[in-house]
Amino acid sequence: MRREFLGSKPAPGRSLGLLRMAFLLGMACLLWGGDVLAEYGDIVINNYSDKAGMRPAIFPHWFHRIRFRCKVCHADLGFKFKAGGNEINMLKIIDGQFCGGCHNGEVAWSVENCDICHSGKPNTPTQVHGNTIQKLVK
Amino acid sequence: MKRVSLIALALVVVLTGFGVAVAVEAAQAQAKSADAAKPAESAAAKPAEPAPAAPKAAAVNTFNRLMIPRADRNPPPMKDGIHDPEGPGTSMLQPPLDAFSVMPKSNAGNNINWVQAIKDKAINPRYDRLNPNEAPMVLDLDIVREVKGFMPDVVYPHDRHTEWLDCSNCHPDIFIPEKGKNVISMAQILMGQKCGVCHGKVAFPVSECRLCHSKKKDQPKSASTGK
Repeated sequence: MRREFLGSKPAPGRSLGLLRMAFLLGMACLLWGGDVLAEYGDIVINNYSDKAGMRPAIFPHWFHRIRFRCKVCHADLGFKFKAGGNEINMLKIIDGQFCGGCHNGEVAWSVENCDICHSGKPNTPTQVHGNTIQKLVK
Repeated sequence: MKRVSLIALALVVVLTGFGVAVAVEAAQAQAKSADAAKPAESAAAKPAEPAPAAPKAAAVNTFNRLMIPRADRNPPPMKDGIHDPEGPGTSMLQPPLDAFSVMPKSNAGNNINWVQAIKDKAINPRYDRLNPNEAPMVLDLDIVREVKGFMPDVVYPHDRHTEWLDCSNCHPDIFIPEKGKNVISMAQILMGQKCGVCHGKVAFPVSECRLCHSKKKDQPKSASTGK
């Protein structure tokens, strides 16, 4: 098996992928080697926030799973299991999609409380805080 | 070939992690020696004061040097490193320890045993967005996966998962609901695939080996044994 791997020439796309992976992991370490002790599972979403001059949004999983089971958001509301992968924007929220399923002034407080979600340190990248890869490179 | 590339990927992860850890350690050691030099300078600047006593052995050679001290875990949002303390909303957020005080503890993740929390009725999260009384559809079916290496076999309990999740969250996209159809490796899980979609992100992390690898190999096989 091993010889086969060493002997075979990897496709250019694959070797580039590995390099990129190593680079990203290195970068992740540089960014997250410090004293960040946020909760396991805190999601930072910074798809558009920095560019729009807002603080990135932080979704605390721990707070929400005390109140709802995973199924409510990840099956009923259609959140994919991918930080930043849902392309959430304020228009969708106001129209009742994603966070707007509850943050509508009825189930939970409404969108006028901008700063409660948009409370992250500026320039914090989109991430699941405390995930395994972050820990491995720390 | 796919497996080989996965192994290579896992190797890259581990090697990069190791290299970087060594570099960080070296940088920290340098920083520490720089810090150590500072008190000496300040002491020299004030000759009137007595020379500082050498640190006691107990103060430097502590237990758990590389672990996060218990008192520093689950800090409030103002101090957690990702919330902006200057943000007007940050001070309105609930400190995690307030909520966790009534919940059973664990040693990983949020330091909370979430499955036990539901069992103990310490929390009662809704299964429906609007109806607080809707009960989850719990499936009581254990799947045993025989493991190739020396680790105990994996028992996957459907009941604990269906307390939280809907069938459609895992089937058929992550796991094909058919015996023998799913190849799962720790490399995949570490990279956030298969079980790693949740375990290592929000559900208990892979450091808790024995929570999954829980069935001794010499035990008699049960009827539900599958691969």
